[in-house]
Amino acid sequence: MNSVQLAQASNGAIYAAMITLAIAMVAFAVSFASGRRRVVAASAAPASIASAGGGTALLTRSADEPSALQPGRRSANIGMSLTWLAFGLLLAGVVLRGVWAGRVPWGNMYEFSITAALAVLAVFLGMSTRRDLRWLGLFVVIAVELTLGLAVTVLYTEAAQLVPALKSYWLIIHVSAAIICSGAFTIAAATAGLSILRIRAERKAGDAQVTGWLARVPSGERLELMTQRIIAFTFPLWTFAVVAGAIWAENAWGRYWGWDPKETWAFITWVVFAAYLHARSTQGWRGTRASLIVLAGWLAFMINYFGVNFLASSLHSYAGVS
Amino acid sequence: MSDVTMEVTDDASATRIDPGESLPPLGTVGLLRWLWKQLTSMRTALILLFLLAVASIPGTVLPQRGTNPIKVNQYLADNPTFGPILDRLGFFDVFGSPWFSAVYLLLFISLIGCVIPRVRVHWRAMMAPPPAAPRNLQRMSFANDFVSDQSPKEALDVAQKSLRGWRIRRDGDASISAERGYLRETGNLVFHLALIVVLIGIAIGGMFGWKGNVIVREGSGFSDSLTQYDAWGGGRLVHPEDLPPFSFTLSKFTVDFERGVAQRGAPRVFQADVTYRTSAGGAALPARIEVNEPLPIDGVKVFLVGHGYAPHVIVRDRTGTVVFDDTVVFLPQDGNFTSTGVIKLPDATPSLGFNGVFLPTAAVDRLRGPHSLFPAPDDPALFLGAFKGDLGMDAGAPQSVYRLDTKNLTRIGLEPLRIGQEWTLPDGSGSVAFVGLERWASFQIAYDPGKEIALAAVGLAILGLLLSLLVRRRRIWVKVLPAQGAGSLVQVAGLAKSDPGRLPDEINALARALGCTDDTTRQRPVDLKENA
Repeated sequence: MNSVQLAQASNGAIYAAMITLAIAMVAFAVSFASGRRRVVAASAAPASIASAGGGTALLTRSADEPSALQPGRRSANIGMSLTWLAFGLLLAGVVLRGVWAGRVPWGNMYEFSITAALAVLAVFLGMSTRRDLRWLGLFVVIAVELTLGLAVTVLYTEAAQLVPALKSYWLIIHVSAAIICSGAFTIAAATAGLSILRIRAERKAGDAQVTGWLARVPSGERLELMTQRIIAFTFPLWTFAVVAGAIWAENAWGRYWGWDPKETWAFITWVVFAAYLHARSTQGWRGTRASLIVLAGWLAFMINYFGVNFLASSLHSYAGVS
Repeated sequence: MSDVTMEVTDDASATRIDPGESLPPLGTVGLLRWLWKQLTSMRTALILLFLLAVASIPGTVLPQRGTNPIKVNQYLADNPTFGPILDRLGFFDVFGSPWFSAVYLLLFISLIGCVIPRVRVHWRAMMAPPPAAPRNLQRMSFANDFVSDQSPKEALDVAQKSLRGWRIRRDGDASISAERGYLRETGNLVFHLALIVVLIGIAIGGMFGWKGNVIVREGSGFSDSLTQYDAWGGGRLVHPEDLPPFSFTLSKFTVDFERGVAQRGAPRVFQADVTYRTSAGGAALPARIEVNEPLPIDGVKVFLVGHGYAPHVIVRDRTGTVVFDDTVVFLPQDGNFTSTGVIKLPDATPSLGFNGVFLPTAAVDRLRGPHSLFPAPDDPALFLGAFKGDLGMDAGAPQSVYRLDTKNLTRIGLEPLRIGQEWTLPDGSGSVAFVGLERWASFQIAYDPGKEIALAAVGLAILGLLLSLLVRRRRIWVKVLPAQGAGSLVQVAGLAKSDPGRLPDEINALARALGCTDDTTRQRPVDLKENA
């Protein structure tokens, strides 16, 4: 394939992924909307077990999962399949972009964004192989679709060579770690946000069952545990990404830390997630407050990605957008 | 019972403050102890972490002296009222300001005060067997009881064998306490202690390290002494006379720019070819310095950080004498290398000064004046403004070599020059010729003896972090009572402080090994009040 064909193939694959995701979004939304009234009936069964056990529940893994998905199951399954398809298309788009450019596809914000979208899907789908995550699909697909939409409209640039500052194997190490973190932090923000809403609904419902669309997501406790597990995995990786960046900075600019805006926001993100981990083991901070800290950390991450690239004068201004 | 909630000293419990204790007892010592307890509490650490995050934000919103002093001055000029107030409060040097330092120093004191006692507690926990099984296992987060065919002794023997890798305490034929995941707390402590070492590494770099910047023109050299630097800064314990005696000459600087449509003008290649000597009489060695390829000499690293153009200019004064014949460093002002530079000739007759704009690919329009269209020298032009009169260089006040103070000067004229062109000054003060073009490269030369310490500590910190977040500390108890007949009544229970992970599966597996026929481990319902 020549360069023009590669370009067309990469862009075509990414557009195809976006269309697929749009249909997946509809499928997930339908699964949320359909049979909402039947939800209460469907989730009455586990409640009776809980009361029969005299305050203890039988411990089977599925007990915590939302059993309420049954009514919209088929459309949720369609959504999952389409998400896998979109992942394949997006992967092809990113790889072809790399082939087109003749390097790793991480040279400008368009390329970071399509790879980050891929990372979000990868983390989501990877996690979904071990547990039922269909309830999370809608939120993930929306986030990915927004990222890709922004990428193809605002951030798009033709493939070009790297500037000398990016020509280093640290690009692969530092940027890949940061991109995986972007995917995982985004999923964590989704589960944290849902846990806040779900906990509120649970408290409002009192002893009754949670109704409405929140009945379709796992219990607040479960969501919080999921969030904690994701952060427990991502926080060391983020630490590594920042450290790899520092090593690279030392090699390129002669200092490992210079409080450049990008570095500073990376530090802020790190400190906020460190605060989250402390909050999870501090009385009175464990629940909704801790979840809010996750949202703040994700916001700091996003400010670092979009804000610093566009607004601040930073050594890290590789947006490639004019 | 109390050790059940306290002993799995995962996180906060070791330093948590009991609310009933928080009123300060009388007396200075009591007050100090109370303050110390407050400072080393998890809640304080949490607040300090938030403060650290918030205190960093102004450093990214306002220009900082450390990274962009020119923008700071511009900001001060634009905001004559608030600028100086912010300046006095340290907002233009946030990361060196007293309040920022106060936050992170308090955080580190809090960390030390929290971690050191926990090291002791953890050491003791690792040396001692797990505590005996509590009386009521039903209250554990996971519990299972069943009747087994095995005798109490048999059951405990089987349990002991099944719990390989666990730290075990066996109380006769009555109970077993098992615990594992000690590495979680070890990792946690290693992480926090490593952070202290990182800070030490940074401090060593700050005290013994130094860095300087220098611009070197093609064909020129540099030797490592304070006077040769354009800018130099070092720690308090650096002796500038002890700088390593290396030197280098920039023989050739190669640069290439993107000529395609996408990212047109973006740099593609920077290469500085140098020859260097490690000492005055040493052998001359060739080397190539690139952006990600610094040159290490004697523990010092030479980094390529910038480049620009140095037009070669010959100036004759009124008498026809050549008063200047050299390349002049012009500093780039934009991405296309529209560059400005100055020539000062106080000893010419009359004293002459030139203000110049150099354009590698020249264009002039009414809106932007002379500017460059492309960073490579495709169509170079030098616009020179000529002045005569008092350059003010005898006054003794230090002057920038990149600025011409035209206050006491008489303007002679302005002329665009191409390479090879000569301009005879209209008032007969002399002539100026643009004879050629060279490049310059700027280098950062840095020495940081603390960075290896910081790096090693950071590696240790990540390792500790992984252990503390991925290892799960948990306990399992087995209690047996002889049943009527041959078998026994078995109780298996477990507790995990934070994330139970696979603990229920482990308990189920153990229960099955002890003769339980199904996976009937119960979980205590979650107390949602905890989430408030």
